[in-house]
Amino acid sequence: MQWETVIGLEIHAQLATRSKIFSGASTAYGAEPNTQACAVDLGLPGVLPVVNEQAIAMAVRFGLAIDARITPRSVFARKNYFYPDLPKGYQISQYEAPIVAQGRITIDVDGAQKTINITRAHLEEDAGKSLHEDFHGASGIDLNRAGTPLLEIVSEPEMRSAAEAAAYMREIHRLVRYLGICDGNMQEGSFRCDANVSVRPLGQQAFGTRAEIKNLNSFRFIERAIEFEVVRQIELIENGGKVVQETRLYDPDKDETRPLRSKEDAHDYRYFPDPDLLPVAVSADYIESIRATLPELPRAKLTRFVNEFELSQEDATLLANDLETANYFEQAIASRPGQAKQTANWLSGELFAALNRDNLAIAASPIKPTQLGQLVERIVDGTLSGKLAKQVFATMWSSGRDADDIIAAEGLRQVSDTHLIEVAVRDILAQNPEQVEQLRAGKDKVLGFLVGQVMKKTGGKANPALVNQLIKAALAN
Amino acid sequence: MSDTLPRSVASLAAGLARGEYSSVELTRHYLDRIAALDGALNSFITVCAEQALAEAAAADAARAAGHAGPLTGIPYANKDIFCTRGVRTSCASRMLDNFIAPYDATAVEKLRAAGLVMLGKTNMDEFAMGSSNESSYYGPVANPWDLARVPGGSSGGSAAAVAAGLAPLATGTDTGGSIRQPAAFCGISGLKPTYGRVSRYGMIAFASSLDQGGPMGYSAEDLALMLNALAGFDLRDSTSIERADEDFTRLLDAPVAGLRIGLPREYFDDQLDAGIRACVEAAVKTLQARGATVQEISLPHMSLAIPAYYVIAPAECSSNLSRYDGARFGYRCADPKDLTDLYCRSRGEGFGAEVKRRILIGTYALSSGYYDAYYRKAQQVRRLLRDDFMQAFDEVDVIIGPTTPTVAYQTGAHSKDPVTMYLGDIYTTAANLAGLPSLSIPAGFVDGLPVGMQMTAAHFDEARMLGLAHQYQRDSDWHLRAPAAFT
Repeated sequence: MQWETVIGLEIHAQLATRSKIFSGASTAYGAEPNTQACAVDLGLPGVLPVVNEQAIAMAVRFGLAIDARITPRSVFARKNYFYPDLPKGYQISQYEAPIVAQGRITIDVDGAQKTINITRAHLEEDAGKSLHEDFHGASGIDLNRAGTPLLEIVSEPEMRSAAEAAAYMREIHRLVRYLGICDGNMQEGSFRCDANVSVRPLGQQAFGTRAEIKNLNSFRFIERAIEFEVVRQIELIENGGKVVQETRLYDPDKDETRPLRSKEDAHDYRYFPDPDLLPVAVSADYIESIRATLPELPRAKLTRFVNEFELSQEDATLLANDLETANYFEQAIASRPGQAKQTANWLSGELFAALNRDNLAIAASPIKPTQLGQLVERIVDGTLSGKLAKQVFATMWSSGRDADDIIAAEGLRQVSDTHLIEVAVRDILAQNPEQVEQLRAGKDKVLGFLVGQVMKKTGGKANPALVNQLIKAALAN
Repeated sequence: MSDTLPRSVASLAAGLARGEYSSVELTRHYLDRIAALDGALNSFITVCAEQALAEAAAADAARAAGHAGPLTGIPYANKDIFCTRGVRTSCASRMLDNFIAPYDATAVEKLRAAGLVMLGKTNMDEFAMGSSNESSYYGPVANPWDLARVPGGSSGGSAAAVAAGLAPLATGTDTGGSIRQPAAFCGISGLKPTYGRVSRYGMIAFASSLDQGGPMGYSAEDLALMLNALAGFDLRDSTSIERADEDFTRLLDAPVAGLRIGLPREYFDDQLDAGIRACVEAAVKTLQARGATVQEISLPHMSLAIPAYYVIAPAECSSNLSRYDGARFGYRCADPKDLTDLYCRSRGEGFGAEVKRRILIGTYALSSGYYDAYYRKAQQVRRLLRDDFMQAFDEVDVIIGPTTPTVAYQTGAHSKDPVTMYLGDIYTTAANLAGLPSLSIPAGFVDGLPVGMQMTAAHFDEARMLGLAHQYQRDSDWHLRAPAAFT
């Protein structure tokens, strides 16, 4: 039998606000346990939540970017359950009236585009962390993370393969970083995902029973977890078994999913509107004021790069993938639009290699965008050969100086004076009669040797194309 | 200083201003009375003698420096539901018997800023759940008018303390009548302001959408003075209402003539004690004689107030009380075997029977499959009730009726039958459901026990309502009477 995979994702994006969603405590990552939890985060008696306007603005920003409906009056609700790292015994979330509804996003899979509908995106607070190691049979609770704002983005079950799910997750990841609403750091848990996975016979309308795989925090894991889960479900059904609705956990070490809890253990969360918080009223003016600050979105930028700079789809994707890279690129070619292609090559080649080697983000590059632009300009105008340019690049990287500075100070200008090169060619040909004979006899390999000798004689500054040309001309006489 | 002080806060403040006594002397006077008399009442859970005298000394110093406000140096009793930095806040529960908040409630902060001196923390029903002050972990409170009777609840300690002259003012909180009903039972005045007037920050939550803190004292004038200190927008409470500060005493002397009084026929039904009916009708006649017009009105959905209230309040409390789990603060059971055991026994041992009953009711009402039938329906009823009142306030300025269907009953009378006790809230819960300001003032006696008259006004119309109450108190002396054992 042929099977179809059905996947829906719930992505939790931690919003990049400085303080928590309902208190003034800091959201900075990595502090000593329980040093960033105030009375409100601890759920002490009598304290009250006050919503962080930044979190609302960020949710609206996301909603506008996915062409969604912004709910004019969204409502915070309480999700009630007991857990030691949930201080109030309920999580403040949104239930019946989420702030963002009915959006969509386009993904690329195998060169084709597909639109995935987004059911809703709602605001909620994160819980703390239970720590089970180092407490000698007891558990520790760290409430630093309690109250950190999350945007939970829920897709329709419209993905049909692990690759589509990963592509969707990447697309949302790119978008939230573009919007500046989430740092996207998956190691620190700022961007994580639950996947609802089911299978059904191809052609069948009704969904199969789904399993929910929790807390996938890498693009690789989501793909592997889903692939494993799909095979598991199909084998189970084909062997006469039944998929049970349950929550599963992906173990990357064993590359398998394991049951965590079944539907029978599911909580009755007793959702109801939080009486401590008023409905969030978002006016049309407010929405428009946020719309006005939206950046150019990744897909639009990519298309513009292709059309405006005649970049290949591949180059444009590489540059537009990350907002800081895109900004770097655009600054580098701001006054030199004619050299977009060469700049893209240098950016994705030399610059990326150097950044990777020194483990730097592009924003921290010692070579600033306009400096890279100048270097590329010197290649385009013939001042530098590729080889010399690499030498100049290395000096720029270590010193932060401009290309023109280095060229002038170190005399690295490429020699394109025909007469000077002709003299050198004549000398080299005279010194290597044997090789000249071989070349005449058709041994083309020798040409490289002779060019190299001329380059050496000119201190590497001769224009190699010109050397080539002049050697051939000399032999033709 | 003299043993017989004036009852009214305005007179006490005048005495302080004239230098007849200092705040330290005044504070010592009340502390002495608490020490001598509260054994019979049990109205205080914690007395803060040392801290109170220090605050009084600071108030005297402020006065000497010329920085005295209208309430500087006046002592008050604080219901043990308002968090006080450094002083235990128990909510009359074993659960919080060891809880000392690291912060002051906004209300406490504001009273301190106004120069009031906190004598101590008063007894109450556990987590404010009850109408008789019998559910306190620290034992019941006696009614100063008859020690065998309840003082009402949940602000029973505050009401008894003021009635017995152990404090001239007290704070209370009112979720379904918890200021007005004990005020009525103890023969004092009490005001539940418009929802959102007084910050709920640091006021331990029972039912968030209904809870409102307010003043308790001898007279409407004293309530107005204390409300001036208590009220105000608070950024820390999202349900606090942003409005310009106002002087609640400004209409105390406004003429009664022309004010329109509405008497809801649903309040004067056959469940009402005949003696109470007579007191309220006589009081209304007094106001009529002063030129108020009186008309019968109808609040058609009144009969749904109690059922709606006893769904919404328990539902909210079931969630609000989830934080008491033994994990971070408050009572923790001994030697928990595992997490479930920690939860079950900490909560099982830390909460009293009435609190558990309401948590169960609320948990049920919010459960999947019941939410629409109970909680959502109750919220719809709430809207209807509010509409009833809005319509009534098109025709009248103040709605008057009895505060309670009976006078104070014997301690233990309803201990086996909580529903009968819940029905005692029949006239008070509607104002909470609709968010309206409502007060109770003394309007007579039945069998030697005080009777309360309830006034309810439109949102934010406290000043006018307090004016009407004050004018009544100029023509009556019920509020000046003190229980014989505590004169």
